[in-house]
Amino acid sequence: MNDELSYYLSRSLKGAMSRRHFFGRAAALGLTAAAANTLMATSLRAQTPQKGGTLKIGMQGGGSTDSLDPALAANQVTFQLLRMFGEPLVESDPSGTGLQMRLAEAVDSSPDAKVWTFRIRRGVTFHDGSPMTPDDVLATLRRHSDESSQSGALGIMTGISDMVVDGDNVVITLEVANADLPYLLADYHLLIQPKGGVEAPAAGVGTGAYKVVNFEPGVRAVFEKYAGYWDDSLGHFDSVEILVINDNTARTSALQSGQVHLINRVDPKIAGLMARAPNLTVTDVAGRGHYVFIMHCNTAPFDNNDLRMALKLAVDRQDMVDKVLMGYGTVGNDFPINAAYPFFDDSIPQRVFDPEEAAHYYKKSGHDGSPIVMSCSDVAFAGAMDAAALFQQSAQAAGIPLEIRREPGDGYWSDVWNVKPFSASYWGGRPVQDQMYSTAYLSSADWNDTRFNNPEFDALLTQAKGELDETKRREMYSRMAYLVRDEGGLILPMFNNFISANSNDLQGWINDPTQDLMNGYAPHKCWFA
Amino acid sequence: MNAGSLLGLVAQRIALGLVLLLAASALIFAGTQILPGDVAQSILGQSATPQALANLRAELGLDQPALARYLSWLAGALQGDLGSALSNGQDIATAMSHRLGNTLFLAGTAAIIAVPLALILGLVSVRYQGRWPDKVISGVTLATVSVPEFMLGYIAMFLLAVQFQVFPSVSTIHDGMSLLEKLRSIALPAMVMVLVVLGHMMRMTRAAILNVMQSAYIETAELKGLRRFTIISRHALPNAIAPIVNVVMLNLAYLVVGVVVVEVVFVYPGMGQYLVDHVSKRDVPVVQACGLVFAAVYIGMNMIADIVALLANPRLRHPK
Repeated sequence: MNDELSYYLSRSLKGAMSRRHFFGRAAALGLTAAAANTLMATSLRAQTPQKGGTLKIGMQGGGSTDSLDPALAANQVTFQLLRMFGEPLVESDPSGTGLQMRLAEAVDSSPDAKVWTFRIRRGVTFHDGSPMTPDDVLATLRRHSDESSQSGALGIMTGISDMVVDGDNVVITLEVANADLPYLLADYHLLIQPKGGVEAPAAGVGTGAYKVVNFEPGVRAVFEKYAGYWDDSLGHFDSVEILVINDNTARTSALQSGQVHLINRVDPKIAGLMARAPNLTVTDVAGRGHYVFIMHCNTAPFDNNDLRMALKLAVDRQDMVDKVLMGYGTVGNDFPINAAYPFFDDSIPQRVFDPEEAAHYYKKSGHDGSPIVMSCSDVAFAGAMDAAALFQQSAQAAGIPLEIRREPGDGYWSDVWNVKPFSASYWGGRPVQDQMYSTAYLSSADWNDTRFNNPEFDALLTQAKGELDETKRREMYSRMAYLVRDEGGLILPMFNNFISANSNDLQGWINDPTQDLMNGYAPHKCWFA
Repeated sequence: MNAGSLLGLVAQRIALGLVLLLAASALIFAGTQILPGDVAQSILGQSATPQALANLRAELGLDQPALARYLSWLAGALQGDLGSALSNGQDIATAMSHRLGNTLFLAGTAAIIAVPLALILGLVSVRYQGRWPDKVISGVTLATVSVPEFMLGYIAMFLLAVQFQVFPSVSTIHDGMSLLEKLRSIALPAMVMVLVVLGHMMRMTRAAILNVMQSAYIETAELKGLRRFTIISRHALPNAIAPIVNVVMLNLAYLVVGVVVVEVVFVYPGMGQYLVDHVSKRDVPVVQACGLVFAAVYIGMNMIADIVALLANPRLRHPK
């Protein structure tokens, strides 16, 4: 089959081109109607999962320092490694608005959303052959909620007053009601390990579809299908190999030369070019991750809301999406929630670049005209320096003297972010609004990087946690969005898409807004044609 | 000069090397102390809570004074115990021996090609001095030395991996591969490294031989009517060995410690990538261990060059 024909075929199968149109093209390329029909049928058969083969993935976001300990996972590759061999109790749905049961069979809560019961699935075994029991679940959750734990999930595991095993159930009692608890337990750190993984956390033993065969930190990891896996609908490959390829050019050429079948984090600058290659598919998924500029609300001159408003109005968001993300993203509205979240209020007016209004607020703020310094580095997000330069220009149009200070990428997260009063950063998004807000906008939050201290907001957040009436909850979240948008220290110009690319023999792609590579489930849900 | 004093000189040179290495270890330790940021923060990244940070710091022993940590580190290193990585708890000596093996494999392959090639090209240049073969060799090697490594790497990758798919673009090697597979896997980075060091070594060979060619005994050989190539290879080359060995050793050391960029571009699991990853995570014990190994390689190579020069220098063997 020639490249042009295969291109039309793939478009037709994805519904981007009508069947009639496809047959027309096929005829134009010299194919008889019968031959085209056979071709279509063969390709349609390829739409049902096939078993076998070795999937090779080239990924950015790993290093020699990586570990298989779920508590320590903090980058894209370790996230993917955990997905391969382990599972959490529940998982967020690819639609982004529901839950799927994994190691829990059912979830139930008391009417006040304070006592949660998870019924643990029976007949699931760990890779070492031992059965997975509610005790293992309890031990795992205990490990991550221990005060002396180093777990990245420690923050979301606070506020639990009691956890017990009751037959097949694990019962969790909360100090404060939280209607979103199951979403929090979908966190990728919280994969269930034998005896909680207390003794050998980095052994790489879980219940997942693939078991660890070989792991060289920062180089490669090899997995093979776990024969005793409980869910037949997942894990179609015989084996999966993950190669860490941090260099953009090397990753791209590895895909082009056929050394890998799938890569993550395609550079937006070349995504358009790659999409033109006939044997490759580029997918971009609107997610919850966002690129931000952070002002400390309690530090001069950013303790002045008029000045913050002036800066917010001085950003040309669309321009940034076009030039920094090359269109692979959507404009933000200065609060960290978008349509990928349940309870998103789409009636909140979109803030647009308005130099006159910005100048008005700038004058009103009474700022002395000295340069406003923003610290930045490309470590904050890909293209951060470019975005800062665009910001500087648009601010200039509003008469605001913005100065960009380039900081070393080394140590950016410890010396600049959350330290300097005005800096660039990124956020990966969270499964639900409550978690996003509790993580970074609650006055007492550890990562309140905008130093946002608003009693009304705090009260609403606590109230919304326990509110089971969806309409009331929706109203509360809407009010919170307005508070952050109009009084907070967050400038959120854009939500970035996840861009990945794969060779065309990989089938079964589903867009998932939660995380990169189908929320890490590409090796479980895809197959070779 | 008798063999005893020559041995004495060599011993002296080795002792000096060890002192240098000790000084380097102190510098490395001091250097890692003034890196910005701290390891606990870097390990946990943006997702660090103050609680988790404090827990991790205490566990890593970051609250001990610097001098105590230096001495215990040095004592451990002398016994071959380099400690374990802070970030993932791996034993450094084990992880690093694997990485060092990979780096030496790549560097060795490049050296086996580059050194003889540089000598031959140098000899040819001298033989045809000022004529077109000399000019072509000089021009090409000068060009490859001047282009940055990553550029050479990308060009090689684009042509030989993406366009013509002769060699793989990603040079990951692992234990399960046969030697032939490994060699195929590292073809591109080895090629780039040969191109990077070739010019330097070839030009030094050429200059050293030409220098010797000015000597009176070469004139004698010419008057005897020997063929020019025989004069160069038999009479000039042996006497130019000291400066050539010097530059060859320097380049071999570079092949081991200077390939960071090439390793990153081709995703080769060697020392360079290992070091870079751990620097960005402030994994101090690993950075120190890498620094120590690199220093040892550099000092060792220079020491060998000095000793070879001592042995090869006729004036040392036949004192006036």
